[in-house]
Amino acid sequence: MNRFTAFVKKEFFHILRDRRTLLILFGLPLVQVLLFGFALTNEIKNAKIAILDNDKSPHSQQITNKLLASGYFQLRENLRSNDDIERAFRKGTIKLAVVFPAGLTENYEHGRSTQIQLLADATEQNTAISLTNYATAIIRDYTTDLNPTVQPPLTIDIRSRMVFNSELKGAFVFVPGVMAMVLLLVSALMTSVTIARERETGTLEVLMVSPLSQGQILLGKVVPYLLLSFLNGCIIIALGVFVLNVPLNGSLLLLLSETLLFIFLSLSIGIFISSIVDTQLVAMFASLMALLLPTIFLSGFMFPIESMPKPLQIVSNLIPAKYFINIVKGIMIKGAGLRYLWQPTLVLIGMSIVFMGLSLRNLKTRLS
Amino acid sequence: MENAVHTHQLTKKFGSFIATDAITFDVAQGEIFGFLGANGAGKTTAMRMLCGLLKPSSGEATVAGFDVYRQSEKIKQNIGYMSQRFSLYEDLTVRENIRFYGGIYGLRRADIPVKTDQILRKLGIETVADSLVASLPLGWKQKLAFSVALIHEPKIVFLDEPTGGVDPITRRQFWDLIYEAAHGGTTVFVTTHYMDEAEYCNRVSIMVDGKMKALDTPAGLKTAYNVDSMDAVFQILARGTSTK
Repeated sequence: MNRFTAFVKKEFFHILRDRRTLLILFGLPLVQVLLFGFALTNEIKNAKIAILDNDKSPHSQQITNKLLASGYFQLRENLRSNDDIERAFRKGTIKLAVVFPAGLTENYEHGRSTQIQLLADATEQNTAISLTNYATAIIRDYTTDLNPTVQPPLTIDIRSRMVFNSELKGAFVFVPGVMAMVLLLVSALMTSVTIARERETGTLEVLMVSPLSQGQILLGKVVPYLLLSFLNGCIIIALGVFVLNVPLNGSLLLLLSETLLFIFLSLSIGIFISSIVDTQLVAMFASLMALLLPTIFLSGFMFPIESMPKPLQIVSNLIPAKYFINIVKGIMIKGAGLRYLWQPTLVLIGMSIVFMGLSLRNLKTRLS
Repeated sequence: MENAVHTHQLTKKFGSFIATDAITFDVAQGEIFGFLGANGAGKTTAMRMLCGLLKPSSGEATVAGFDVYRQSEKIKQNIGYMSQRFSLYEDLTVRENIRFYGGIYGLRRADIPVKTDQILRKLGIETVADSLVASLPLGWKQKLAFSVALIHEPKIVFLDEPTGGVDPITRRQFWDLIYEAAHGGTTVFVTTHYMDEAEYCNRVSIMVDGKMKALDTPAGLKTAYNVDSMDAVFQILARGTSTK
């Protein structure tokens, strides 16, 4: 045991003395979470719009007020003609134009149907869809408020409710994603680099000649990063809950255990990478290319897996982060327990065993 | 008295390449045994087999009385090892390096500070005990690495080209340490390609293309080949095969 603690102590010296390591370890998660939480969000706030009011009636005025009071829209300009609309879109100053037709009030008050036109700049298609949806909902609200008693005959009324995230907050998606990304990156990258470094400097050979067993060497490499990554995970969860207001509906204990499991898996991957590469540089690139990119693109963090082509959907099953993100979302947002999450948990356990086994075997054959 | 190292027909093949070809030799306890050869002659492979880093393909070998096939764990407890590449951690201080190696070789916690002071005093480097190893001159590092390889008082210490890249004076000082260790009863197994260092060994073996071409005292070898330096002996042996 004395041997093992001596080894772990040495690893901590390595970590704490290297400013770059410390920066990656603790700066990265902080920056990522805050960046994704505040700056990079796909929620829409204060989108610039233009109004072309051909009716100039109390109705059109009230609808405009309602739109602007929602917080989603900000009035950029009042237009005078249809030509202005195109000009404004070309300049790129507005995202949405609302056109009130002449005779809106008259038609409405005589019980005839009437139309309000919404034009959106679809060069950003997701924004365009969201903006028209928001505006439609607000205008529909206005009309139902006007005549609460009048039920249009034989229409199917659609009421949607956004379950688990009624305000459609982006942080709910990003926090689990960032957590998976940072933990995977930090754990796998750090361990793969530290083992590659010992190989490069020749100290690994000295360790292999010492009475330390191979298991002790591996475990000694893993334990410090396990502790630090776990601390990292806790920081990210705390930031998510207290700063970004992500709910924690499920069990904290379960969340922490799953986090620990995912960290262990990431470390196993890191050791696996270091067992097949020779230098720190290659280890770093392998970690970034093999882990970071697939995690961002294929885990469902940025792009929904359901809308990927079939082959990519199949590949996404190999991405550990996909399962972890599901688990974290399940626990934090849906309040789900192990009864619902045993499948992804089992996958993570299976992957850990495979990678640990492979790296133990590789390390053995590579040294001899 | 039992031999520190014993090998019989020890062979290592990598695929069809024979790195070490049926070498047979014994090293007595307390002996300084030089292992000479050009790069790629198989000396490092042989040493790695004795240290338990490589499994031999065939033949037998014992180190400190333990079998290399079955008792490699026992062997590791009884040997020290210093590689040709530098074996200390540059981002740790001198004291931390000593403590680390003392720790992984299972020294008792109370013994480590005592041992540390001994080493620092012997090498005369008390003043830099808390400096990072990276800041030391190469010669000091190598002497420190050697002392650290002996920290658990092993029966045998394996040195793989320990003096690469240092000046002659430091090399001489390094050999003083080796003599001191041998006097204390430690067997020293050293590979080198410096022929002047070969003169310092009790006995020398010369390897050429995986085979052991000669094994004797330096004086004996010089007489046998009728030359006046180890360098000349080596030239004759190495050239003998290369012009064949």
